[in-house]
Amino acid sequence: MIVGITARAAGTDAPVEQRFGRAPYFVFVDTETGKAESIENPLVDAAGGVGPRAVQMFSEHGATVVITGQVGGNAARALGMGGIKAYAYRGSGSVADALAEYTAGNLQLLPL
Amino acid sequence: MIRLAIVSGKGGTGKTMVAAALADISGVPQVLADCDVDAANLELLFEPRRLTTEEFRGLEVARIDPEQCRGCGICADHCRFGAIVCRDDVWEVDPLHCEGCAVCTYVCPMGAISMEQRVCGEIYTSVTDRGNLAHARLFPGSGNSGLLVTEVRKRATSLADGADLLLADGPPGIGCPLIATISGVDAVLIVTEPGVSALHDLERLVTVCRRFDVQIFVAINRFDLAEDICKRIEDYCEKEGIVVAGKIPFDSAVVDAVRNGRPVTRSDSPATDALRALRDTLFAELGLI
Amino acid sequence: MKIAIASGKGGTGKSTVAANLACTLALSREVALVDCDVEEPNLHLFFPDSAEDVPVTTLVPEIDPALCTLCGECGKFCRFGALSVLKDRVLLFPELCHSCGGCSLVCPQGAIREVPRTIGRVACSCPLSRLTLVSGVLNEGEVMAPTVIRAAKMLAEGHPLILYDASPGIACPVIETLEGVDACILVTESTPFGLHDLRLAAEVVESTGIPAGVVINRSDGRDEETLDFCRERGLPILMTIPFSREIAAIQNRGGLICRDLPGWEERFADLFEAVVKIAGVNP
Repeated sequence: MIVGITARAAGTDAPVEQRFGRAPYFVFVDTETGKAESIENPLVDAAGGVGPRAVQMFSEHGATVVITGQVGGNAARALGMGGIKAYAYRGSGSVADALAEYTAGNLQLLPL
Repeated sequence: MIRLAIVSGKGGTGKTMVAAALADISGVPQVLADCDVDAANLELLFEPRRLTTEEFRGLEVARIDPEQCRGCGICADHCRFGAIVCRDDVWEVDPLHCEGCAVCTYVCPMGAISMEQRVCGEIYTSVTDRGNLAHARLFPGSGNSGLLVTEVRKRATSLADGADLLLADGPPGIGCPLIATISGVDAVLIVTEPGVSALHDLERLVTVCRRFDVQIFVAINRFDLAEDICKRIEDYCEKEGIVVAGKIPFDSAVVDAVRNGRPVTRSDSPATDALRALRDTLFAELGLI
Repeated sequence: MKIAIASGKGGTGKSTVAANLACTLALSREVALVDCDVEEPNLHLFFPDSAEDVPVTTLVPEIDPALCTLCGECGKFCRFGALSVLKDRVLLFPELCHSCGGCSLVCPQGAIREVPRTIGRVACSCPLSRLTLVSGVLNEGEVMAPTVIRAAKMLAEGHPLILYDASPGIACPVIETLEGVDACILVTESTPFGLHDLRLAAEVVESTGIPAGVVINRSDGRDEETLDFCRERGLPILMTIPFSREIAAIQNRGGLICRDLPGWEERFADLFEAVVKIAGVNP
């Protein structure tokens, strides 16, 4: 399973970013192999419509779970339709911390 | 931290006056955000000391490289916004009409068109004696004030260390600047006045606010100018389960305060009493006091 | 002749000036009044009458699932996030679409065609024998105000005398409203806010090269700063409306001072003459 996490920088040590579509980086972690891939988000300064475009990127990377702070209305609809589950991580830890919390079942599912 | 946006369906209802008064008398640690970027007025009232100034590059617009352009005009044929014009045999993009869709970059056979971010405003952070302030200025004719509002909100959040309240003065209307202002806030205070269009504007605004998970409050300004319409507003609020947090009388003290660029609450008047009562009701509902 | 009534901020009394001017002019000539404040149109409240609605549509993509291969090109191209290509379908966000046509251009399968979608309406009425009121109304949650403004203006096209009530502010809807007008009336109040916002509005109008003049509303007689600014910028003062509870009460009720207060019909007729003079065209 691929988990996509919004982050402020590349790598699993980077702090989690609360914003979804405008997060500077997306980190995709394969929970089977533990391999992580970081993508610089081209939408950081985009004028608008970032939510649906970000969801397309998550979908393209095969993510079925997203960990982030909050998602907007359009992004929520796209995630819901795309069958991608979103979990809220409100802490100040790293991508790895958020993933550990998720695995432990401590994260709350965001309503989509 | 409670995030509260002061909004109004139409301009001129006294929204900024109420926002300034609440900021003046809030009595809790706070950060201010002037999200009315088309007409940012909070700074006129709180004499801010500027901390930072940043360029706002919001909108991407197309630019035609005259060196590479062969003048075929295919871009202009495809532009739905009439933004590509030929002046003296030179094809140019009119940035005021360009929506930034990038269709021209796709259809140009010469690859002569690229998208560039345009500076269309400035974002400021400042210190006032009533808390930190994030504000901005949109250059005339520049679109996309919604994104600029998002940037102002972001600056305000970064200035919010130790604050219990984020107070945002919102834009008029129900368009994207408003959406950008109220998304992610905890509560909105709608400032209305008993005018002929009041109910109509209020209903439109409530419809939009209902799409967000926010608590809605109403303040009725100059309520005594038309008590019958005021009553209709109160009936509507009751039906909708919206708390009318305060009613402010028509008061020449407000006119004087606005003229002198001061929050009305700096002196005693019937309006000041009403605004203090509004603050108490609202803050109690929000759990701030 | 086409006249726009604009202001840097809302609530300066712009619509009131437009309604009074239109009402006065309609006594002696044909006039069309266009409400371009499509996010909050309210001129119809001054002139209640049954209206005929014309829907305003924009083109949005429609995807043929039989042809679509989910390649993702449309979603990558769209700068507005109106399309999101997921693993098993393309999700459309029509309210984000700017109708640029890019998605159908880039689709390698020819799977996208454009279909009309209603985003608002233009309401047309004849509340007075010589007055045609055209109101643009943008539906809640929609963002393409300029499209509705364009449609409203188009419907009034052909009238010899047209007044446009612009939306407040200085963003794209105002630019759209100012397109093709002969003169602009800037409505302001003599307060620090009013002057601050007048300055912004004057900048916009200056950039379009349209001749403009100023109406000072709710004046308490201490207008020196506004007058200084107007003198500096070469903006003539076309009219001054005093601050009075009587005027405020009439306007809050939806009344028109040109009808309800003696002397104001003449003053609005004078306002029109003053605008004709700055426009330098034959009305």
